[in-house]
Amino acid sequence: MLIRIIGAGAAGLTAAFELLRQAEALGRDIAVEIVEKAEGPGRGCSHYAGGMIAPWCEAESTEPIVATLGAEALEFWTETFPVAEKRGSLVVAPRRDRPDLIQFSRRTTHFVTLDREGIAALEPDLAENFDFGLYFEAEAHLAPREALAKLAEALAAKPNATLRYGVDATTLADDADWTLDCRGFAAKPDLAGLRGVKGEMIIIRAPDLNLTRPVRMVHPRHPVYLVPRPDGTIMVGATMVENEERARVTAQSVVELVNSAFALNPAFALAEIVETGSDVRPSFADNLPRIRREGRRLFLNGLYRHGFLLSPPLASRAARVVLEDAHFPEVMDEDRGQRRTA
Amino acid sequence: MNDPLNFYGVTLQSRLLVGTSQYPSPAILADALAASKTEVVTVSLRREAGGSRAGEGFWGLIRETGLRVLPNTAGCRTVKEAVTTAHMARELFATKWIKLEVIGDDDLLAPDPFGLVEAARILCDEGFEVFPYMTEDLLLADRLVEAGCRVLMPWAAPIGSGRGLNNVFGLRALRARYPDIPLVIDAGLGAPSQASQAFELGFDAVLLNTAIAKAGDPVAMARAFALACEAGRTAYKALTIEPRDMAEPSTPVLGRAFT
Repeated sequence: MLIRIIGAGAAGLTAAFELLRQAEALGRDIAVEIVEKAEGPGRGCSHYAGGMIAPWCEAESTEPIVATLGAEALEFWTETFPVAEKRGSLVVAPRRDRPDLIQFSRRTTHFVTLDREGIAALEPDLAENFDFGLYFEAEAHLAPREALAKLAEALAAKPNATLRYGVDATTLADDADWTLDCRGFAAKPDLAGLRGVKGEMIIIRAPDLNLTRPVRMVHPRHPVYLVPRPDGTIMVGATMVENEERARVTAQSVVELVNSAFALNPAFALAEIVETGSDVRPSFADNLPRIRREGRRLFLNGLYRHGFLLSPPLASRAARVVLEDAHFPEVMDEDRGQRRTA
Repeated sequence: MNDPLNFYGVTLQSRLLVGTSQYPSPAILADALAASKTEVVTVSLRREAGGSRAGEGFWGLIRETGLRVLPNTAGCRTVKEAVTTAHMARELFATKWIKLEVIGDDDLLAPDPFGLVEAARILCDEGFEVFPYMTEDLLLADRLVEAGCRVLMPWAAPIGSGRGLNNVFGLRALRARYPDIPLVIDAGLGAPSQASQAFELGFDAVLLNTAIAKAGDPVAMARAFALACEAGRTAYKALTIEPRDMAEPSTPVLGRAFT
């Protein structure tokens, strides 16, 4: 059985991984072909992702299913394909936004509260400015670009998987038994109700400062997070703008992102801006992910700002649809249209 | 009870106007709008437009609600930005209505009264029907009415602060000075009781965004505000009793046994 996967981002690569893993466990003989129009893996919006595997923090502003599915992603990225570091997440707020942090704590679980000493023990560079924080100990983070490169490498090493880069899938004959369309926003013309939500990020280097885990700063209008990368840089993200402009980082957004870093520690003012980037998050009207089935074609899409958090649970379900004809009403809809419309 | 509201000749039954930003998702926004029974939604354009009006996806969802759109100039800091955004809004939503915001201060998101009056003059002269987001200052109200505004939208408190009616005295004075101009409380409300209070003071409508969008359950909160608005307005029309210092027994004291 040939399964063609279109798109080598977080959704496509995890789907390939889960298909091969489950087929092996079931003793089924399958071949997986991953077709990507770019010249390498993870070049779409995955490239700009934060890489936080933070199901409980996300519960602050998402529906409960995101935390439920996200808990599976923690296992995937720390055990099944261990590229994430489990160092927890820290949530803080400037003193004036303390009410927002208290509100955050009321809407989330799985955290402990920290005072200045507690913060100093985890992230010494933050203790000067913060005396109250929430610590989500069981959460993890990964470096998106490295994680997808490793995943692609692991897949390429398997005898029954092929990766083809620089190939436009529409030029291929429709000869696969199943097709998993994981193109993200590029699938918009074929997916009713898919919209883009713009996000912008920057990467900074601040040799004098050390962060060892993701830090979220609560803010009434511009919540921001900082995620340390293995090369010593820090990713600061991400704006959320309801438009579909892929590549244009605005001055206002850079000011907001830099300001937040500055509020964490004023020494960030002298950090080097290494990169700015933007893309759109593929999203349905409820901002929840979908496996949409059209015969023997599955669309995995709508992962919104949760590409790494929701791709493993979506991938494992898609694999079971293909291999076992399973059905998952909580994330699936048929080609009749959307499960829920705005 | 037939008690319509009139904005620039448009008659509305609902006295609650609702903002469309910061919801967990457009689907929850749509459900909250339905629960609020609002007829008017306000939409921001400035940042969403991007380089090439790339906000069409979201604006399309707003149009699909079928509600009357009051576009706003949120995020504009200069007269020129606000006027340009108003022009774009008129084209995108085919409406003369514009909720005019010229922000003067980042910490309080306070209106810049000077820029507001200037932008209001320009837009009124161009035929826009302007809904100015303002402080409760009486002289500012005078200037805006002179400029041609026939609806005024004073804040209750800074945007998103949830503090309720900060200056009841000032708001009463504004109501007394302009008994015939529709006055809408715009920004600063957090709890439904605060919306009721605005209506009890005689305000004609309230506009909300954060209080609903950031509530734990936006849809339930939208319904709570709808009820509170109806309660406050009904109470105002029913003429509340004057507060007094001494008790007023509801049955005569004289003649009761043992007094």
